Amino acid sequence: MYQYNEQDQTLIEERVTQFRGQTQRFLNGELGPDEFRALRLMNGLYIQTHAPMLRVAIPYGLLASRQLRMLAKVARDYDKGYCHFTTRQNVQYNWPALERVPDLLAELATVQMHAIQTSGNCLRNTTSDHLAGVCPDELEDPRPYCEIIRQWTTLHPEFAYLPRKFKIAVSGSEQDRAAVQLHDIGVYLVRNEEGRIGFRVLAGGGLGRTPIIGQTVKPFLEKKYLLSYLEAILRVYNLLGRRDNKYKARIKILVKETGLEKFTAMVEDEWLQIRDDMLLSEERIAAMQAQFTPPAYEPTANSDTGLAQHLADDKAFAKWFKYNSVVHRVSGYRAVFVSLKAPDSPPGDITSDQLDALANLADAYSFGEVRSTHRQNLVLADVKQADLYTLWQKLDALKLATPNIGTVTDMICCPGLDFCSLANAGSIGVAREINEALDDLDYIHDIGDVKINMSGCMNGCAHQSVGHIGILGVDKKGEEWYQITLGGSSENEAAIGDRLGPSVAKHQITESITRILDVYVQHRLEEEAFLQTVKRVGLEPFREKVYANH
Amino acid sequence: MPIIKNQQILENTWTFVDDDAPLAGGDITVSVKRWTEDKPALLQHSGKVGVRLTPADNVAALGDDLPFIKLIELHFPTFSDGRTFSQARLLRSRYNYQGEIRAVGNYMTDQVFYLHRVGVDTFEFNDPKDMELALSAIKDFTVRYQASTY
Ligand code: HEM
Ligand code: SF4
Repeated sequence: MYQYNEQDQTLIEERVTQFRGQTQRFLNGELGPDEFRALRLMNGLYIQTHAPMLRVAIPYGLLASRQLRMLAKVARDYDKGYCHFTTRQNVQYNWPALERVPDLLAELATVQMHAIQTSGNCLRNTTSDHLAGVCPDELEDPRPYCEIIRQWTTLHPEFAYLPRKFKIAVSGSEQDRAAVQLHDIGVYLVRNEEGRIGFRVLAGGGLGRTPIIGQTVKPFLEKKYLLSYLEAILRVYNLLGRRDNKYKARIKILVKETGLEKFTAMVEDEWLQIRDDMLLSEERIAAMQAQFTPPAYEPTANSDTGLAQHLADDKAFAKWFKYNSVVHRVSGYRAVFVSLKAPDSPPGDITSDQLDALANLADAYSFGEVRSTHRQNLVLADVKQADLYTLWQKLDALKLATPNIGTVTDMICCPGLDFCSLANAGSIGVAREINEALDDLDYIHDIGDVKINMSGCMNGCAHQSVGHIGILGVDKKGEEWYQITLGGSSENEAAIGDRLGPSVAKHQITESITRILDVYVQHRLEEEAFLQTVKRVGLEPFREKVYANH
Repeated sequence: MPIIKNQQILENTWTFVDDDAPLAGGDITVSVKRWTEDKPALLQHSGKVGVRLTPADNVAALGDDLPFIKLIELHFPTFSDGRTFSQARLLRSRYNYQGEIRAVGNYMTDQVFYLHRVGVDTFEFNDPKDMELALSAIKDFTVRYQASTY
């Protein structure tokens, strides 16, 4: 993975010094609350219900074991012994004290980590495919480009005060695991007719109040133009994006109100004037690719016979293998999902002890690296098949082996009323209730690929609008109600879910979900996944069942 | 009010003249509107003449006039209006503007590092305390990622 050079290290240390000064001025009353708010947000610091929340950047979801240990230490020393992985591969702390945040950031800087631009109206962390570099369906590893973009976005002097936040995602594989189409700029690595690899660039996607799917602005962009094209889009957005209404300030609204054709023409016009001044050289790309070379795989890893035996002997292991590990580019290896969706724990949460133990497992079994996923789980990407059984036992002992990846209990869930001052309704409690109702693993496995996303309010932190089943907390005269949508997706066939009907009360939400699953089981054709059934039969059968005698 | 120029605190010699006020003597700045409408008179002015841009002003509109404009003030109505940064960048890199670019209005000392990097070379602050802060903030970072000639 990318290792900081002296310049990278200096930059994050100088950032800590800068923020320390800003915090001090705020505490001394020399910096106003509005000014400090903007500055602290660009260092990942929100103020929410109980305490500040700090979001730490994990560039494209890649972590070294020593960084995991630091996350554990920070959770222990500055928080309540746990932290929370987000849908953009970052990590959040819910309880740090404001005065101590500069110290916390200084500790992070010792392991090449920071919280720069993880919040606020600026260029955010660039996200990517958690299986980058190991999945068989990949055209090219997207991470070198992510790192190039990370550097370009970091402290970009022109784009630090945008109309609104700005998120970029890059994917290099056939299957989109990074929700690329729901980003302000989405980038797919593609091959053109001449066989050359370049980028397809999308713009104007985004979630939140008005979820919109991104549209292609450049079907094929040569690699050398990556940064100039991004800069052109950003300049057009910075100058023309709306600043009069924060709900209309995202680039998605600019693209929509301007029209795709005209927007694209403006970007092209800008780009043609700058593209030759900021070329990305082949040497630069090659040097960055050299930072992401594959680890030293054992050539004989696939000669192991123990795995087949364990799969035959141990049903529980076989289930975990099926759901929580996926095929690897290199024969004899698997990528292993570490489920952060244990039934009794808030989705995405992990404790310090678990983090430390996981760091050891990463060192022992996966070349010392861990990745975070868009669906709030972790991945050990390079596990030898001969190690899978032992690894499973160890993960299981840590409660990190719930065999539910990609199933209905692998929910995305925001903090909701428990932590967030903006929430209309609870989400963690509902997730727990749904888990309790679906405690039969065989049933869950039979249901298969169903993605439930649940947010406590319109801001949509948990991407409810693109969940196969979306649950949105709404406020009805001070009570917690839930709006259900069906048919959303953030994958290749990205779609915004349709409203099922009127919202349901808190005591009805879990039953509504189980009824939806019943309807699916009743109507599905052989091998038909939930989303396909919803597309085929429409919402009516679900409606009938959910609202029957409610 | 003093200004910062070349890492030094200097006296400001410029006056902004409101659209409906008569032209003052000495070095003055005017709005884009006044510049466009009163250009012949302004070119006869005895002192130097500059133009003050608001974030909504399109820098391309100044086009061929730039050689006659000795100072461009970029006015922040609020510190969060980041269009100013693109204006400065465009003035320097696209229109090759060689004169002085000054940040004025409601912005933060914490922004001078970025402003300096996009081509702003002088800074006016309402509060003298901010002067010392700004002098140090301009050097907040010794490293940078984006290629830049500034
Ligand atoms: C409790 C603390 C939190 C607060 C106060 C908060 C606040 C917000 C707000 C106000 C928005 C709307 C922004 C907009 O419409 O542009 C938002 C969007 C978002 N938040 Fe949060 N959030 C919190 C926690 C989280 C967590 C835990 C996650 C990840 C699981 C998260 C991920 C996101 C994402 C991905 C979006 C929407 C992205 C998009 O619009 O494209 N947030 N958040
Ligand atoms: S979706 Fe709403 S309730 Fe949930 S974390 Fe985001 S802002 Fe808070």
